[in-house]
Amino acid sequence: MQAFDYARPGSLAEALSLASNGRRVLFLAGGTDVIIQLREGRRSCDLLIDLKRIPELTALTEHPDGSLEIGAAVPLAEVYENPAVRSRFPALVDAASLIGGIAIQSRASLGGNLCNASPAADSSPALMVLGADLRIAGPSGERTLPVASFFLGPGRNALQPGEVLISIRVPALPANAAAFYHRFIPRNEMDIAVASSGAFLALDPGGRIADARVALGAVAPTPILVPAARDALLGRLPDADAFAAAGQAAYDAASPIDDMRGSAAQRRHLARVLTVRALENALRRIRAAN
Amino acid sequence: MKRTHVQARINGEERDFLCEPRQSLLEILREELGLTGSKEGCNNGNCGACSVIMNSRVVNACCVLGVEADGADITTIEGIAHGDRLHPLQQAFLEEAALQCGICTPGFIVSAKALLDREPDADEHRIRFWLSGNLCRCTGYDKIIRAVQRAAHQLQETQA
Repeated sequence: MQAFDYARPGSLAEALSLASNGRRVLFLAGGTDVIIQLREGRRSCDLLIDLKRIPELTALTEHPDGSLEIGAAVPLAEVYENPAVRSRFPALVDAASLIGGIAIQSRASLGGNLCNASPAADSSPALMVLGADLRIAGPSGERTLPVASFFLGPGRNALQPGEVLISIRVPALPANAAAFYHRFIPRNEMDIAVASSGAFLALDPGGRIADARVALGAVAPTPILVPAARDALLGRLPDADAFAAAGQAAYDAASPIDDMRGSAAQRRHLARVLTVRALENALRRIRAAN
Repeated sequence: MKRTHVQARINGEERDFLCEPRQSLLEILREELGLTGSKEGCNNGNCGACSVIMNSRVVNACCVLGVEADGADITTIEGIAHGDRLHPLQQAFLEEAALQCGICTPGFIVSAKALLDREPDADEHRIRFWLSGNLCRCTGYDKIIRAVQRAAHQLQETQA
């Protein structure tokens, strides 16, 4: 592995100052991507900044408005073991418990999974349908970005030089609402999505769909939201016809490639099937809560 | 290259070492501290041959930097037995013939210990799920799963 310096700042201010001193910087949270990329020569840096001693990045906080704020460096296992996450945001458990195996989940973080910007990252579609926002700190202050605007291409995210992802803020779900995330892989565990789908559904008091979001992974250069699926669902009863229309919208929105994990045709098919089933499972969650 | 002073509790003993930031915890364990029980398989977080317990969670030592171990409490395969007395997991691996070439075995035992410490009543499905990050190319896994179930049973009986 190339040589680099290592710093472990105890505050965000210190991290930001280290990140803007002109050297080539990478950030370290769980390291399950970045350490391997450094070892294999796929990335390089002069200074590796360990974020795990920064309070804002390692806290998991429930806010009074019901939103959940997850520090970018909180390990996945701490996310999915958290009682508030389990009871109020089970779609995050769906996603976080699929990333790698147990030893990876002890270290890998949601923030790292997002910043690595893989089109197949499991946390991305789940956070997109939950409407999560990202808190980003940089030399000129703090900004907020919807997670759906964070991905620019495979391995490329919207962070500017010197910026660091602080946390992921997931808004409280409205009444009669739930989300669900799943993926297709040829193995049972420890694999990368061939295709994946997340769905969010909210019902009005009359039982019709008041709000919906569908996001797909591994069928485009970035994870994508499918606005046409939302249009196909709004105002309808959550029945097989409505879900089939959303599935068709997902099929149409997918622009996948052929690669070692699957063909483009298989991925398009999976986009439809996984979307219909994600909607069915979100609906099941709503009904189970009532 | 500048080396950093790191202090960690390893198998119950305070240890000091110097390491370069680029050295993995696995390299440090094997090459600086002489703890060669943790194996290097894939060196990229897929195979679990280097599983160690760090602050009560199982991690791949190849995906941790030595410098990150500062202040950590680490258990490796060398810290599993009590002196000459094998841990029930080790005994069960022998009795169920749950190893052939043996390269993956330390990782399986460490990972399984982390599971049974947390969930002593883990069932077969849970054990298989937990150990999905540990690869074995010899046994076909069934004997390993049986060994972990046997050890779990034994540990629960001892505690009852």
